[in-house]
Amino acid sequence: MKINYNFAFFDEGSKREIRRASLKAVAIPGYQVPFASREMPIARGWGTGGLQLTLSLIGKNDTLKVIDQGSDESVNAVNIKKLIEKTTGVSVTDETDNASIIQSRHRIPEVPLRDNQILVLQVPIPEPLRAVEPSEYETKKLHAENEYSGAYLMLFEQIIKYGNMSTGADHPVSVHDRYVMAPSPIPRFDNPKMNYSKALILLGAGREKKIYAVPPYTKVQSLDFDDFPFEAESFEDKKCRLCGATGVFMDELADGKTGEVYYQCNDSSYCLSRLNNIAGHEAVKNGGI
Amino acid sequence: MGYVAVKGGTAAINESIKRLKYERLKKKEILDVKDIDGGMRGLIDQVMSESSLYSEELASTAIKQSEGNPEEAVFLLRAYRSTLPRKHYTRITSSGEMFVERRISASFKDIPGGQILGASYDYTHRLMDFDLIDEKRSDAVTWVEEFENEIIKTNDDTDLKNLPKVVDYLRKEGLIKNHPLNDEEPKDITKENLEFPTKRSERLQILTRGQTGAVTSLGYAALRAYGALHPTVGELRIGNLPLCIENPFDSEGSEDEYYIGDIKITEVECFMPTTVEKKRGQKEIEFEVGYGICYGQNETKAIAMSILDQCLEDKDKRYPTQDEEFVLLHIDCVESTGFISHLKLPHYVTFQSKLDSVRKTRKGGKEDEDKL
Repeated sequence: MKINYNFAFFDEGSKREIRRASLKAVAIPGYQVPFASREMPIARGWGTGGLQLTLSLIGKNDTLKVIDQGSDESVNAVNIKKLIEKTTGVSVTDETDNASIIQSRHRIPEVPLRDNQILVLQVPIPEPLRAVEPSEYETKKLHAENEYSGAYLMLFEQIIKYGNMSTGADHPVSVHDRYVMAPSPIPRFDNPKMNYSKALILLGAGREKKIYAVPPYTKVQSLDFDDFPFEAESFEDKKCRLCGATGVFMDELADGKTGEVYYQCNDSSYCLSRLNNIAGHEAVKNGGI
Repeated sequence: MGYVAVKGGTAAINESIKRLKYERLKKKEILDVKDIDGGMRGLIDQVMSESSLYSEELASTAIKQSEGNPEEAVFLLRAYRSTLPRKHYTRITSSGEMFVERRISASFKDIPGGQILGASYDYTHRLMDFDLIDEKRSDAVTWVEEFENEIIKTNDDTDLKNLPKVVDYLRKEGLIKNHPLNDEEPKDITKENLEFPTKRSERLQILTRGQTGAVTSLGYAALRAYGALHPTVGELRIGNLPLCIENPFDSEGSEDEYYIGDIKITEVECFMPTTVEKKRGQKEIEFEVGYGICYGQNETKAIAMSILDQCLEDKDKRYPTQDEEFVLLHIDCVESTGFISHLKLPHYVTFQSKLDSVRKTRKGGKEDEDKL
């Protein structure tokens, strides 16, 4: 009764079951494969889908990075990292380049991923048609029949109502010209990063018990119209206050004292490595090091 | 240690966990797991039922760790359960073999075998018993010894392991349809994902591990206005049910089996009158049976489950309580509390993204107005 926990928490049978579902997901890009989601030591809705994928995949030689809201240091990322470290003993890293498995909530890192990396995304609502069709039974049929007019209609109605597509994060994408998929709650800004991504992207929804995938080098297109093209969040004229980066996803922050609004890289490890580089260059310039 | 924006920081988290431990220990009293096991039967039964894990010892430990918070205790046990391989499935068991402790019928006064009240809060006044503040262990021991002696003296020849079922009586009368036995292997909902429409075995599993409060409220909603007519409890029984597994060393289909222990359960069969249309528009009233079963003594939950079971058989689209997606996807304790509690996580990226499009729609709206 009082046994120690297994390597990577699960018993081998459970890991194998999850890997089988993942293989099926890779074989049918964008298709939501149902799987027997286990109850986890972290709460449902806090990333149990991603965690189950990571635990089923991870081996002793892997290096793990966990991101939450763009940060390696945020509460949830730290918790997930601690649990995986505790049950596997693998090494962890903050640097995107050094990681073999990257589990993330909400962001795809700014540094382009490589083909020997796996990105695991935590998904809250995997069904892209949920907003137009509440019934799971019905959405399954719609996917089977390649019937996505509901998703387009939703975007069309937003344009009519607001003059723009008003999706926040999680703007639906079409994968490999077949399945429409919810790209987890990544901001629109990150949608294009999925297109022909070199890294395998696995998406796991624990509470909704679905696994799906974007295999490497697969076409991923955000849904839009000819006269209303897809638009990502714009940070055109914005600059990171810390490292001066442009063209990345920014956090909008307000100075507590002056109330002045400023911007900062959302991807904290990207920002940090830029800062280190800048510091290095300056040190070289000043004849240091 | 400050908690700045999204970055909790490892140090801040460690301090938070330490603070939690302090909250549990600050009154400098240690709760013995045995105390919980001995005195919190109601909570243990509820936690075991929602966890789908039958172990009083583990449930007591989880209750201690969670400071008596059932939601957390269930969470701990469900997560622990994930690490256990399913080695065997028990053989089909008939609840007729239950060693009965309590058995009542609200439908018939004179049920064969009689009504057995057993232990129940139903017949107590809910008055605070202030004597409990000064209850002494020695008094308790004396009381138990006297009580146990009394039991031995009483003589009753009721065969508690073989009580007839009330439902069989109605079946004999022809008032309940005689369904053929369905011994099809049940689908294990912890190993396969739910697909709609569901099988009854899946529905019963989800209902039985549903959150006590959620099952009760939906059952109440069905009873009050949204679905079922007034059900009658045909039979409620509580007792120990022996479980057996196939001999693991024997070939399949052999009669040989191993007894692995008893579980205490609450079982309910309730009757609902329904109208059936016969030939030439003639109508007749017939009883349908709703079934509820759960670990431990959990009477309200078992009754509510039996109501919902019947509702989900009926599938009348007018009522949410008869919509299986609505009921089955929302009554799980771990799932509902998990997703609700995730709202405490920072949502900066999603909100930034939404903010961007809100601003854009405003800008768009203004331009459109200008155009007009």
